[in-house]
Amino acid sequence: MSLLEITDLSVGFATEDGLVQAVRDISLTLDEGEILALCGESGCGKSVTAMSVPRLLPPDTTRLSGSVTLDGRELTTLPEAEMRRVRGKSVSVVFQEPMTSLNPSFTVGYQITEVLRRHESLSRQAAGRRAVELLELVGIPAPQRRMKEYPHQLSGGMRQRVMIAIAVACEPRVLIADEPTTALDVTIQAGVLDVFRDLRDRLGTAIILITHDLGVVADIADRAVVMYAGRAVEQAPVTELFAHPRHPYTLGLMKALPSAAVNGRLAEIPGMVPSPLSDPDECAFHDRCPRVQADCRLSRPPLVRQGEDHLAACFHPGGQS
Amino acid sequence: MILRIDNLVKHYGAVRAVDGLSLEIGEGEVLGLVGESGSGKSTVGKCVLRLTEPTAGTIELNGRDITHLSRRAMRPLRRDVHMVFQDPYSSLNPRFTIERIIGEPLLRHKVADRRETSRRVAEMLEKVGLRQEMRSRFPHELSGGQRQRVGLARALILEPKLVVADEPVSALDVSVQASVLNLITDLQRDMGFSCLFITHDLSVVEFLADRIAVMYLGKLVESGPTKEIFARPRHPYTQALLSAAPVADPVRQRQRRRIVLGGDVPSPVDPPAGCRFHTRCPLAYDECRTVEPALKDPRGNGHPAACHLVTADRVPDAAATR
Repeated sequence: MSLLEITDLSVGFATEDGLVQAVRDISLTLDEGEILALCGESGCGKSVTAMSVPRLLPPDTTRLSGSVTLDGRELTTLPEAEMRRVRGKSVSVVFQEPMTSLNPSFTVGYQITEVLRRHESLSRQAAGRRAVELLELVGIPAPQRRMKEYPHQLSGGMRQRVMIAIAVACEPRVLIADEPTTALDVTIQAGVLDVFRDLRDRLGTAIILITHDLGVVADIADRAVVMYAGRAVEQAPVTELFAHPRHPYTLGLMKALPSAAVNGRLAEIPGMVPSPLSDPDECAFHDRCPRVQADCRLSRPPLVRQGEDHLAACFHPGGQS
Repeated sequence: MILRIDNLVKHYGAVRAVDGLSLEIGEGEVLGLVGESGSGKSTVGKCVLRLTEPTAGTIELNGRDITHLSRRAMRPLRRDVHMVFQDPYSSLNPRFTIERIIGEPLLRHKVADRRETSRRVAEMLEKVGLRQEMRSRFPHELSGGQRQRVGLARALILEPKLVVADEPVSALDVSVQASVLNLITDLQRDMGFSCLFITHDLSVVEFLADRIAVMYLGKLVESGPTKEIFARPRHPYTQALLSAAPVADPVRQRQRRRIVLGGDVPSPVDPPAGCRFHTRCPLAYDECRTVEPALKDPRGNGHPAACHLVTADRVPDAAATR
């Protein structure tokens, strides 16, 4: 049994235009100390998949089916009061924009100690000492002084480190990081990714990293799931995925990168993502796919094993090793 | 030279956004202006378009000093230089049709009547790869990639000599970004405009710039031909920047030597004395803390850098310190 198991997860949102199906039949597992990347372009469902774990989706409009278990315990049906203990304690989240997720009217120190006092029942002094340790852990210089500062006094990179410190305050089993470095400069990004690596190495934290950046995936992830139109289309250990991408969409993403230009041209992926309002019984990528054949329009290719520890949802996969 | 910027300074109150920057763009040349947040790269673009008044220095467009031209005197010159913004949604009037948005520069400069405008809009739609039926649509009905194509069509309809593009593909997904970058390359080749391409993304300028200029805290630290900059970066900051951008290849990425810079970018209100990069530079020594390095090109190969350690026979190696 894996630490986290997501099985046949589907998530839709009720809207005026009908049910928007954001995630369809996703299954994945996460082991202790593993860094799993969920990647894909805007609207592919990567964030919704991850946010289903701590149940941070609007309860009134979300239509969720399937199962999410943490240490064998089902989270989707857990009463909200118990779920609150899971959030912050066992599962915590780092968002893209640290300025909007930190409270501007409280000091950094207050915001970290609050978490510790609530979830760990530490005394004020003990929480304060632990908070300084946490700021040190995420590489913030002069942590004693920073404790007394407000979010606006910190740079973007520092704020993101504070968010990570808060997220790991209770040593969560699972850390979900949603585009944690997208708003940061590259020289700052490298340091923040090092913090994640360090947490994994020292505390064995399992991390779900949501990102659109294949460079970040290549740098830090152990395994990656590529999503397209709400479904997982490919899943493999990172070195295997980049060496032998099977799904034409994964290959398309890699070839579209400016660094992959051939003779001054980039490979484009023609067409557009299908509407999340429809759910055709065909491969969702067929009308953009360079390898499309008649069968792709007749039924949906299942996500199946195509090589050792490598899953892809394609009838005509490439990249055989 | 299409554009010549000499010793440009722009201060916003106490913020020294640009602090003495010189650069040139030749005819048909694409210059990638690279830097991180707060480097002042966008301010340079705004000064070139006179969207903001320079504090000091001169800007010459096509040999003419435009630094202090009045609004009225500037107006005819606006035909020669156009801007493409990062977020095409907030830069397109939501209440105008695509036809009106693209054709508006022609009407504003009174260079075409309605019929001629309509014909040229059709031509531009074709050039940027949008279907003709798009002309009656509104910006909100378009995808991000389509909106950026509209932004390009509007910027190019007057056939400007210079296009200032500020992060035009940064908000786009990779697959959309690829098609917009290909389009910019094609249009630039066909129409021959010069381009000041402002971005934080090194891989994008490597793809499309002829030359690259790197900014740090309001100053130019290095410039040179794109291939040169990537193969032999001279300034420690450029070296750090190149090493920090992860490559999409796990085997290579995990073997790369990385230069991790300590600390944060200092505030442009109170930039460090001496070399502005010295607070984060792994190679900084006494002189760097007091004497500001001049931009010099010791080998005379069009690849100047502002670092005390750069000499004719020596290039610093920021990775060698760890």
